[in-house]
Amino acid sequence: MNPVNYLYLAALLFTIGATGVLIRRNAIVVFMCVELMLNACNLAFVAFARMHGNLDGQIIAFFTMVVAAAEVVVGLAIIVSVFRARHSASVDDASLMKL
Amino acid sequence: MTAQLAAYTTSTGEAFQFWVLGTIAVIGALCTVFMKKAVHSALCLAGTMIVLAVFYLANGAYFLGIVQIVVYTGAIMMLFLFVVMLVGVTAADSLKETIKGQRWLALLCGLGFGTLLIGGIGNASLKEFNGLGRANANGNVEGLATLIFTKYVFAFELTGALLITATVGAMVLTHRERTERAKTQRELAEQRVREGKHVPPLPAPGVYARHNAVDIAGLLPDGTPSELTVSKTLRDRGQVRDVSTEALSDLKALEQRAEDRLERSNSGGSNSGEASK
Repeated sequence: MNPVNYLYLAALLFTIGATGVLIRRNAIVVFMCVELMLNACNLAFVAFARMHGNLDGQIIAFFTMVVAAAEVVVGLAIIVSVFRARHSASVDDASLMKL
Repeated sequence: MTAQLAAYTTSTGEAFQFWVLGTIAVIGALCTVFMKKAVHSALCLAGTMIVLAVFYLANGAYFLGIVQIVVYTGAIMMLFLFVVMLVGVTAADSLKETIKGQRWLALLCGLGFGTLLIGGIGNASLKEFNGLGRANANGNVEGLATLIFTKYVFAFELTGALLITATVGAMVLTHRERTERAKTQRELAEQRVREGKHVPPLPAPGVYARHNAVDIAGLLPDGTPSELTVSKTLRDRGQVRDVSTEALSDLKALEQRAEDRLERSNSGGSNSGEASK
């Protein structure tokens, strides 16, 4: 097996995540699909690190994880506060910045 | 292991692992998108992330593989599950399309995008795979640490600032300041008397003999369920069970069975009574 297959898998997962963001209406599931896309990118970074024989790709993947963790914390806090204000987690309902 | 990683193609074992776990990862990703309930989506995503952690380990990223399990599946996905418990249980995903044909267009877009991406990778000249044998020679964690604290030290410190900001942001967004003092029990009681609507405590819910059912409304003398007997939370969620019709139809069968039982025990009791006499 050629290690390029990891890149194909990453591309496939990224595509699935992107499609999920477009299809789903529940804000939490949309958020999970974004996480899936980030993970696919990380897989590509790790595969590229192996390809080039240095650890820079792994460092970038590490930073991506940190940023993703911060993003999840703030994003979920926003979802919770939007849910409190509107009693709905659907992205269709949140069409205005204020009530 | 290092010789293996330096090789141009992977070992048979890794190929086998890739095809088996890769299939699981893709299925998990598809389930994340297409599962109706947010909880199921979260669990499928957690499975995909564990598979990705195994792939990181197979690619020589030992530190990242462990961090993936600890941070992603351990912390982030559990945070997701907590929020699903707070929010998602009542929030059903509406299946009505607000933009006509959006779902099919989205699928088409996804298909096109995937084709472009995979075609791009296919056309790129990715022939040389050096492997991480030399980079990981002193250990993966040591190699990463050297890079983080020399070449990427500025980015690393920015990361610290980002994490602090995210923590404060999450606290600001979810914390609610109480603008007025909470009412004491006495004040609440006085308010109830002043309003004069429900001075005594609320009536208890209807309880079946089979189980303790707080979601079943108690029946009024005329057989209609009383809304007052069920907790407001359950009423808001629409989880009140109405058993008024059920109960009436079951009543006859229940009485019949009780009569049969009683007759038998009566005859048995009289027999034993005679024997004792």
